[in-house]
Amino acid sequence: MKNTLIALVEDKPGVLTRVASLFRRRNYNIESLTVGHTERDGISRMTIVVDSTHTDAEKVVQNLYKLVNVIQVEDITEQPVVARDLALIKVRTEGGSTRSEVMQLVDTFRARVVDVGVDSVMVEATGTEDKIDGLAEVLKPYGILEMVRTGRVAMARGGAGSRE
Amino acid sequence: MKRTGAEIVWEMLEHEGVEVVFGIPGGAIMHTYHPRKNYDVRHILMRHEQCAAHAADGYARVSGKVGVAMATSGPGATNLVTGIATAMTDSSPIVYITGQVASPVLGTDAFQEVDITGITLPITKHNYLVADVSELAEVIHEAFYIARSGRPGPVLIDIPKDVQIAATNFTLPEKEIDLPGYRPVGAGDPALVQKAADLINGAQRPVILAGRGVQMSGAADALRAFAERTETPVAYTLLGKGGFPESHPLALAMMGMHGEVFANRAIQEADLILAFGMRFSDRVTGNLKRYAPNARKVHVDMDAAELNKIVQVDVPIHGDLRQVLEQLLPLVNETQHPAWLAQIDEWRAQNRRRDIINRPENGHLAAPHFINEIWEATRGDAILVTDVGQHQMWAAQYYPLDRPQRIVTSGGQGTMGFGLPAAIGAQVAQPDAEVWAILGDGGFQMTLHDLATIVQEKLPVRIALSNNGYLGMVRQWQEFFYGKNYEATPLINPDFVQLVEAYGIRAWRATNRREAREAIAEAHVHNGPAFIEFQVAQEGDEANVYPMVPTGAALHEMIERPLIELEKLEA
Repeated sequence: MKNTLIALVEDKPGVLTRVASLFRRRNYNIESLTVGHTERDGISRMTIVVDSTHTDAEKVVQNLYKLVNVIQVEDITEQPVVARDLALIKVRTEGGSTRSEVMQLVDTFRARVVDVGVDSVMVEATGTEDKIDGLAEVLKPYGILEMVRTGRVAMARGGAGSRE
Repeated sequence: MKRTGAEIVWEMLEHEGVEVVFGIPGGAIMHTYHPRKNYDVRHILMRHEQCAAHAADGYARVSGKVGVAMATSGPGATNLVTGIATAMTDSSPIVYITGQVASPVLGTDAFQEVDITGITLPITKHNYLVADVSELAEVIHEAFYIARSGRPGPVLIDIPKDVQIAATNFTLPEKEIDLPGYRPVGAGDPALVQKAADLINGAQRPVILAGRGVQMSGAADALRAFAERTETPVAYTLLGKGGFPESHPLALAMMGMHGEVFANRAIQEADLILAFGMRFSDRVTGNLKRYAPNARKVHVDMDAAELNKIVQVDVPIHGDLRQVLEQLLPLVNETQHPAWLAQIDEWRAQNRRRDIINRPENGHLAAPHFINEIWEATRGDAILVTDVGQHQMWAAQYYPLDRPQRIVTSGGQGTMGFGLPAAIGAQVAQPDAEVWAILGDGGFQMTLHDLATIVQEKLPVRIALSNNGYLGMVRQWQEFFYGKNYEATPLINPDFVQLVEAYGIRAWRATNRREAREAIAEAHVHNGPAFIEFQVAQEGDEANVYPMVPTGAALHEMIERPLIELEKLEA
């Protein structure tokens, strides 16, 4: 079971350290944490995925609130959301036939090739974590040379913006 | 008006109503020390920065104000760390000001550079590294607000040397502080308060668990009114001592590992537990699986993260305790619980045949004896400061307090060495009060250098040293659970009387109850600091803290005080 939390934090030096330090000292199991700017100056947004079989997500929320720089935390697990993970995957392609096979698979997953080398291609995929897992699985037999994933970012559907 | 960073520090301390700073200067903070004499803030020179932190904590606990400690960069700052952790766990409002190497050399491993904001991140409520003199006043203003509001706690401000030197236009910050991510809670959710009231009105065997939150939220009077109206007995934590008058008929005793049997039994038999401003520390619950098995539970706390953290409760109320009690009062019925109180009294009476105070004179001195004598001499009106260990538990058991903010002791961290410097802070906070520091021979030797501060500042602190020649609490555990293997606990001690006299402090030694009584009487009226070494029982029943809940046992499964043979029982 995984819970997705959205935290709005002040964009100040050390805030990410405070959040990371909290997770370490409270012994929380965190699957992923992404952070970036928002529509508002001075406010960053974190998407935190909690492994809630081992960690009580409600406790994570309450403890995040104890950090002075954390403005708002919301558990959006039960809400309709759009959740996306982005991956860059470099796949071995020895010879032209494997290259076209890989490119077909990539098409099927609605991913795209963003770089082609002599014996490798780089694939960019966006989607739910399941979809990316699936793509990685079918590419594995060709040889995955490198992979990087952003971890989940998420936003609730519908008209309402993030509360403050 | 133009002010340097150093001057802004003192301007702001004055503005925040700070009377005193405990500290030690050094290279990276001396620029801030330089203009101090121009301001109406006293500085107390300690002998170790750890003691500065503890003294500020002792000051805060007694005065109810924010304590302030100051230190230089590097080792000066790291020496504060134990004191900061102590304050964090016990929710003490303290502001620490540390010097830092100059901004241009930050991160270059400069002389006496240490990342103190990084080090103290998990043990402060918040901390700051000031980047520019223009933000200094606002940072100090914010720091005091954060330290004292909500669930109080320690805040550290690290100021690079160039920021102390730089000048800027200074104006006092606006009164209102608006931190978007920090909103201390006030009253509780009315629906939950009503739910709690319904449980209270239906309870047959209710017990209140009073923690330090009672005193921190100024809820002592409200608690008393509530307990009397609902005729609910009150057990308390170590830090909760004095939040409810211990002489009150509804007062039980300290609960937990070394709490009284009747208090723990009341909790285990209760059908309703009202946890007020306490956090279900493992020292008070015993085995959690069998904790208060028959009780519905209401928990009121300032800190939402404490609710359902350890014990799952029926009604978690996030709120300021005083306000929640005021919400509750009109909703609860005036009730009596005669059967329940009679049951508790019956349990309470069983202690008479066990209490060491009732043992006949046998020539030995046990710590409870001299603590009881100090209580008699001071009529229970001293400020009670303790170190950590056996004497701390005995002080809690044998020095009942009737008023809030009279206990100064390290609860959550159990910081040995806390007592002496904390007593300095307590005495500074209340110059006319009689401050008794009850210390063990182990903890005393961790910070005894600050005897010099007591003399230099002419503080009339009374020190009662319980000398049993051991790290006594560890020895007791070794006796009970490690086959009497006294590994690394015996202490070869100095002649404490000679040692203390070398500092110019009047000292006595007592080896039996009569000498103890005489020495206490003299120290009580002595004009100036006083020290008594009590040579107490080293091993055996008289040297062990009872009752005791062994690790893993349920709260009522206590090792009780040994029975006194009936014919020996003093009338």
